[in-house]
Amino acid sequence: MAAILTIIYLLASITFIIGLKMLAHPARARRGNLIAAAGMAAAIAGTIFLYKDEEGNFLQNYTWIFGGLIIGGIAGTVAARKVKMTAMPEMVSIFNGMGGACAALISVVEFGHLMDGLQSVPGLTAIDITFQAGLRQQLLIILAGLVIGSISFAGSMIAWGKLNGKIRDFIFTGQHIFNIVLLLVIFFMALYLVGWLPASGVLLFYIILGLSLLYGVFFVMPIGGADMPVVISLLNSFTGVAAACGGFLYNNKAMLTGGILVGAAGTLLTILMCKAMNRSLLNVLIGSFGTGHKGAAGAKAEGGAAYKEISLSDAAMVMNYAHKVIIVPGYGLAVAQAQHTCHELEKLLESKGVEVTYAIHPVAGRMPGHMNVLLAEADVSYDKLQEMEQANNDFPSTDVVLILGANDVVNPAAKNDPASPIYGMPILDVELAKTVIVNKRSMKPGYAGIENDLFFQPKASMLFGDAKKVLQDLISELKEL
Amino acid sequence: MEALLSFISQHQQMIYIVILMVFVGIEVIGRVPAVLHTPLMSGANAIHGVVIIGAIIVMGQAAKDNYPALVLGFLAVILGTLNVVGGFVVTDRMLEMFKGNKNSKNQKTRTK
Repeated sequence: MAAILTIIYLLASITFIIGLKMLAHPARARRGNLIAAAGMAAAIAGTIFLYKDEEGNFLQNYTWIFGGLIIGGIAGTVAARKVKMTAMPEMVSIFNGMGGACAALISVVEFGHLMDGLQSVPGLTAIDITFQAGLRQQLLIILAGLVIGSISFAGSMIAWGKLNGKIRDFIFTGQHIFNIVLLLVIFFMALYLVGWLPASGVLLFYIILGLSLLYGVFFVMPIGGADMPVVISLLNSFTGVAAACGGFLYNNKAMLTGGILVGAAGTLLTILMCKAMNRSLLNVLIGSFGTGHKGAAGAKAEGGAAYKEISLSDAAMVMNYAHKVIIVPGYGLAVAQAQHTCHELEKLLESKGVEVTYAIHPVAGRMPGHMNVLLAEADVSYDKLQEMEQANNDFPSTDVVLILGANDVVNPAAKNDPASPIYGMPILDVELAKTVIVNKRSMKPGYAGIENDLFFQPKASMLFGDAKKVLQDLISELKEL
Repeated sequence: MEALLSFISQHQQMIYIVILMVFVGIEVIGRVPAVLHTPLMSGANAIHGVVIIGAIIVMGQAAKDNYPALVLGFLAVILGTLNVVGGFVVTDRMLEMFKGNKNSKNQKTRTK
């Protein structure tokens, strides 16, 4: 019987690896996800019915186990099905936090068991050496799972709050030093607990739990909202490591493989995401979107620069007589759910003989690949989507660039202004085109909270309003022409 | 220190797995196109939901009269399930958007 469970775990581990591998290829990604899910289902079922502890007892409390599975399963499915495309990043963040919390809770319960076992031994000093060594090992793993799991949970909740705008960026002077000190305190407390097994161990354990949660909050707090995807990816790999701690605790290879796999892949993915923005991970984590930059950029804008507006009919006219139009989608398009209308506009222009493509910045929207997913939903053909380099070659020969709710990814400050927080990020060089039409809801700065000089250039004109409404109006204007 | 050394010698197998999995994890997603960053992150998120196994074991081993362990274990099972089920469903939904015009997609990856 135990052999069957071992084989199930082995198969599950293999499905995780294959699933992750397939997820990295567009054509096979969906199947990869399903394969990993099947492996997971087998591992869960196997654990419930075949798992035996060291004394050969099966698990008990089946009502509780199935109750939890059913509640979690239904809630998870409903939440994942109902969530809007724009809110996907938030959803991933929540689910990640749940995983972290789960790992931390396991540690709390296992610590309780450990303490119960300790009390049955008469006097700490009387414990023999081998028993003590075993105890320390377990405690070490339990603490690792607790600390990493709690940081991941608290951090993910803050990231979720930031993404949906409930929590604002918050930073105080010396916060980075405070964070480092906090982390060191957690580390030394854990070391003391494992090394000396003090009588006040239980209290210390809960203090470590509290401080880890606090660290998770302060870890994410200073990081700009636009960098949340990177943070979520990083916390994702944290949770992976926390799950792997459980693998050590229960000598469970499936948990270990899955956890470490995600830990490693997640870390690499985080670095890849940073690279797409031409920034280092450290630069993201320190939170360069400080207040100092904002003041400088704000003052410059107040220096009397003027932008001009364009009317709907003029915009329609310009596009109608263009040879080539490039659409630059951004988060504004996602918020307005305007992808279908956008596709309609594209088809209409094509029928009038205008060449239309989309320029996709690697970090447009709030997650890499966000725009591709969104436009694919509206059946926009895949070969119409141009990546940044390709698009930048095309801009000089383009008549009209239509920017739909994108801001930071077209901000020339990233190239010209070394003081700008986004300096160094590769951008779409839209100002090379003949005309730039910018659709935004207002002149409010973008997610990074900085002014965009592009809007004040003579080539650019503003078309204010909700992306969907504006596109609909543009379509009706175009039809009348 | 001696705890650490005995830890390593006792968990030799596990440590080998850790080291190998680090390389596998890096290798497996080495050349992922930017388009798939989000679904991949979401998929990886679902896979670390394997922590649910630990939650089930905790729950299943809790003594019938140990209410704190029962309650915490129950909560852990719920949260773990949320992670697993929600994670896989969200990933599937994201990838659903990619279906259709598969040929052009393949071309796209080749030209990269």
